[in-house]
Amino acid sequence: MASSTASSQQLLKTALNATHRASGARMVPFGGWEMPVEYSGIISEHMGVRTRAGLFDVSHMGRVDVIGSQTLSMLQQITCNDVSRLQDGQAQYSALMNEHGGIVDDILVHKVADHHYFLCINAARRDADLAWMRQHTPPGVEVRNLSDETSQIALQGPRALEILQPFTSVDLAQIRYYWFTSGEVSGVPCRIARTGYTGEDGFELYLPVAESERIWKELLSAGSPHETLPCGLGARNTLRLEAGMLLYGHDMDETTTPLESGLGWIAKLGKGSFLGSDVLARQKAEGVPSQLAGFRMLGRPIARDDAPVHHNGQPVGKVTSGSHAPFLKQNIGLARLPATLANPGQKIQIEIRGTMAEAEIVPTPFYKRPKKSAGGEAGT
Amino acid sequence: MTYPNHLHYTQEHEWVEVSGSLATVGITDHAQHQLGDIVYVELPRPGTAVESGKVCGTVESVKAVSEIFSPVSGEVRETNAALTEAPETVNQDPHAKGWMIRVQLSGDGLPDGLLSAEQYEKFASEEAG
Repeated sequence: MASSTASSQQLLKTALNATHRASGARMVPFGGWEMPVEYSGIISEHMGVRTRAGLFDVSHMGRVDVIGSQTLSMLQQITCNDVSRLQDGQAQYSALMNEHGGIVDDILVHKVADHHYFLCINAARRDADLAWMRQHTPPGVEVRNLSDETSQIALQGPRALEILQPFTSVDLAQIRYYWFTSGEVSGVPCRIARTGYTGEDGFELYLPVAESERIWKELLSAGSPHETLPCGLGARNTLRLEAGMLLYGHDMDETTTPLESGLGWIAKLGKGSFLGSDVLARQKAEGVPSQLAGFRMLGRPIARDDAPVHHNGQPVGKVTSGSHAPFLKQNIGLARLPATLANPGQKIQIEIRGTMAEAEIVPTPFYKRPKKSAGGEAGT
Repeated sequence: MTYPNHLHYTQEHEWVEVSGSLATVGITDHAQHQLGDIVYVELPRPGTAVESGKVCGTVESVKAVSEIFSPVSGEVRETNAALTEAPETVNQDPHAKGWMIRVQLSGDGLPDGLLSAEQYEKFASEEAG
C-alpha cells in the first residue's frame, strides 16, 4: 500500500465545506477545490442515486451571467450549439470553442430572457473561460461572474421530484428535462433547473451562498425517509461515465474537436460561422482522425485513465476515462482511438500494469434510465 | 477500530500474522478505509517468490489503484480465492477474512522494522492527520 496526502492549503472551499467535514466526508483536491470525494462509499452513493436520490454540492462549478443586447451574437460566435434555438427557460449543452475547433470547456447555456443568458462552466476552467469570454465580449455585453455569490446543489435520482416538491410552490413536474425556472425553495429565491450529470432525473438548484447550508440540511432531512445520501465527486464520476457523459480535461480538451469526441450533435454548422467552424466543416466532409468510443473490459482488471490502447500489437490510443461501473457491475470506460476502430464489436487490448487486457467497443451510453411519461426526454 | 495485537504492521499499511514458518498477509483497516469500496484484488499465483518491501499485488477500489508491498520474503503458498468473487470482504473484515496471501517464510524469518499494533495505530492516525 502506498498512500499520499495532499495539502489542503491554497485549495478553494465551497460554502458547504464545513458541513461536509462535519458529516464525515472524505475531502480531496479537485480542479483547485477541496471537495468531498465520498461520504458513505462510492458504491452505496451511486446505487442510491440510481434507485432513490442523492444530494451533491457542485458549487465548485462556475456560474456566469452574460447580459446585453449583443449577447446572442456573442454566444453564437464562441459556442458551437445553436443558441438561437433556445426559448426563455430552456437550457442547452454546448462547448466554448477556440479558433482551431478545440473545446475550451463544455458548458450549459441557459436562456433567462432575450439579452440575458446564464452559463454553468467547469470548476477547473473558470479562469480560462472567463478570460476567453472577456476577450470575445463585444460592446454592449457584460460578463458577470456569479460563482462566489451563489451555490449549486444537485438533487438527483428517481425520487428527486418527490423530495423537492414540498419546498416550493413551483410545479416541478411542469419543468421539462433541460428546462429551468425561477422560484422559491424553502423561501429562498433560486433557479431550479431539471438538469444533472448522473443520467437520472433530477434538479440543480442555483441559490445564494448564505442559504446553501440550511437548504442542504433541509433537503437531506426531507430525503431521509427515501434514504437520500449526500454524495461526493467519486459517485458523480461513476454515474456520469455510466450515462456516457464526458469529463472535460479527460475525454476532451482544447486539442480535440466536438466531432472527435462524439459531440457532433452539439456542433450546429448550419447556424453560420463561429470559432473553429471551418475546422469542423472540414472534418465533417473529410472525417475525423480520432474518435472517442465506449468500451467494456472482457476480463477482471479495470482500465484507468491514460492506459495505452493497442490493436494488432501496436499502440493506437489511450483510455480517457476508465472505472468500475457500480450499477452495471462491469468495468467500462471511454478511449480515444483512430476513428476506424471506434465501432461497436471491435476488440482492443488495453495495457494494464504491463499486461494486455481484452476489451470490446460498445455503444454509449452504457446506462440509460428507464423512461417515464413525466419529465420527457432530453432535447438537443 | 483497534488493531489486533497479534499482528505486525508495515508503514505501507499491510499486516502480517506469523504462525510457525507461515505468514498471512493483508492490508490494514486504515488502508481499506483510505481506498474506499474495493472491487478488484490481483494476487500472485501460488509458487511465486515474494520479497520483503517489493510489490506483490494490487488492490483496486472504485476510485483508486494501490500496490501491495509484501512485508515478508518467501514463497506464496495460498491466496484468498474468496476475494475474486467478493473483494468487498477486504473492506468488511480487513484483518481476518480479508487476508490476501499465505507465504512460506524463507530462512530469514520476519524482517526488521515491522510495527506493533500500538506503533501502527499511532503512525496511521498521524498520517490521516
